[in-house]
Amino acid sequence: MALKDITLGQYFPGNTVIHRLDPRTKLLFTVLYIVALFSAKGGVAYAVLFAVLCASIAVSRIHPRNILRGMKPILFIIVLTAVLNIFYTPGDPIWQWKFLKITVEGLWAAFFMVLRISFLITCTFLLTYTTSPIMLTDGLERLLGPLKKLRVPVHELSMMMSIALRFIPTLIEETDKIMSAQKARGADFDTGNLFQKAKALVPLLVPLFISAFRRADELATAMECRCYHGGEGRTRLRQLRFQGSDIAALILGTALVALVLIFRALGI
Amino acid sequence: MDAIIQTEKLSHIYSAGTPFEHAALEEVDFAACRGEYLGIIGRTGSGKSTLIQHLNGLLKPTSGRVLFEGKDIWETKERTRQTRFQVGLVFQYPEYQLFEETVYKDIAFGPRNMKLDEHEVDRRVRDAAAFVGLPDAVLEKSPFELSGGQKRRVAIAGVIAMEPAVLILDEPTAGLDPVGVESILGNIRDYHRAKNATIILVSHSMEEVARSVDRLVVVSKGHIPFTGTPREVFAHGDELEAMGLGVPQVTRVFHRLRAMGVDIDPSVYTIGQARAAVRDYLARKGAV
Repeated sequence: MALKDITLGQYFPGNTVIHRLDPRTKLLFTVLYIVALFSAKGGVAYAVLFAVLCASIAVSRIHPRNILRGMKPILFIIVLTAVLNIFYTPGDPIWQWKFLKITVEGLWAAFFMVLRISFLITCTFLLTYTTSPIMLTDGLERLLGPLKKLRVPVHELSMMMSIALRFIPTLIEETDKIMSAQKARGADFDTGNLFQKAKALVPLLVPLFISAFRRADELATAMECRCYHGGEGRTRLRQLRFQGSDIAALILGTALVALVLIFRALGI
Repeated sequence: MDAIIQTEKLSHIYSAGTPFEHAALEEVDFAACRGEYLGIIGRTGSGKSTLIQHLNGLLKPTSGRVLFEGKDIWETKERTRQTRFQVGLVFQYPEYQLFEETVYKDIAFGPRNMKLDEHEVDRRVRDAAAFVGLPDAVLEKSPFELSGGQKRRVAIAGVIAMEPAVLILDEPTAGLDPVGVESILGNIRDYHRAKNATIILVSHSMEEVARSVDRLVVVSKGHIPFTGTPREVFAHGDELEAMGLGVPQVTRVFHRLRAMGVDIDPSVYTIGQARAAVRDYLARKGAV
């Protein structure tokens, strides 16, 4: 049941300060954090960023195991980046074999790059783990609201995004079901060369596409039956309002960026 | 009778080791005999779907064994695959798994996977189509042009064409009109008689299973609390209702009569039996 174990974009319901924050705050804070992360240069700045991340995880009561599990799929990218940095950074060689050499600078660059990627992934995980997909798209729509003036179809985009998110689990379940049904008729998805494997996917993909189109059709009808006609004049059940904690979080985020920039200027 | 397929202390735990851990089956001993028409009833989420997916090796037991003709189906990879051809499983709403250009090709998918020769495949496809009442003209059509009921027949034929010794059907009549229900149940009975195959019919409709099966297995919360002939099982009317299963309407009427103090056999489940029971009661009363 490997398909069901996908945690990407999974939401863990809870009632902590972080869960209750306005989604716009969390989005903005994540952006600020990433800016700080990419401005950071020295060890002290990374230590501060790490502390902020740990504190956020502790407050959100998300089990670190869930974050580590989410990291697994991108482990390959982290390792690859580390290896590339170790071998391709110019500087003092401390080990050399033919054209391969390891430099002190390379080791440090690799170390910080790994930290940077892991922090980046962890903070975005924290965002999706503590914010329901609906809140997330709501927040995104409000944040991008000003772009409507430039005729960017913000509402339509966010509606598409929430529908897509909503149907990920459904489609995974559907895939699982069709796979079982075809396996029951002797379909073999695991053995054979690449060509045979690709061919074996036909009995899975055809029914999956048909059912996805059918679902889309049904959903469109259901939405029209409830008089959906786009974002024009549409009001919300849950109005987003900034609270005291949101302002505090945003101040913290801005302070973080400022702090990191100061460290950068000081060179520590 | 010798069991063709059975489970020994079968347990299955979903998402083991996560907060979503959930035991769907706990130490279940289940057996189906050769040539038997067996019914499995249980509510949604009782574990009945999990159970049947173990019978043809789609799910691997967390612990316990599944035996087909006395041999563990997980012994080798080849055996698991062969078991899938011997134990045919028709899923709920099977029409959603159709994918080929023509009905013929879709029914032939199973037999082709069995690596049978073209001649044998052709025979099986035509036999299977005949069993489910599909006319020859339909075979060359696209499955997507057919009506819902016909699609269902094509999908069932796709499993029957493998000529499995055990045919399991998960709610084969869900969402069909009464005529369609009768006709599909009739097709299944025909297959049962013609091939002397073991049929396992999964359903939550008591009326439906009561009319067809020789023996009933009740699944509730990952266990099998009752098994026996419909008459024996329906004698546990109150317990069944407590499990949210209910008994056929006529059985319920007779249980109520009994509760009202009428000395009548409450284990009836068809109208014919009800008539006999009432006659019997009246005759005895007349004799007093």
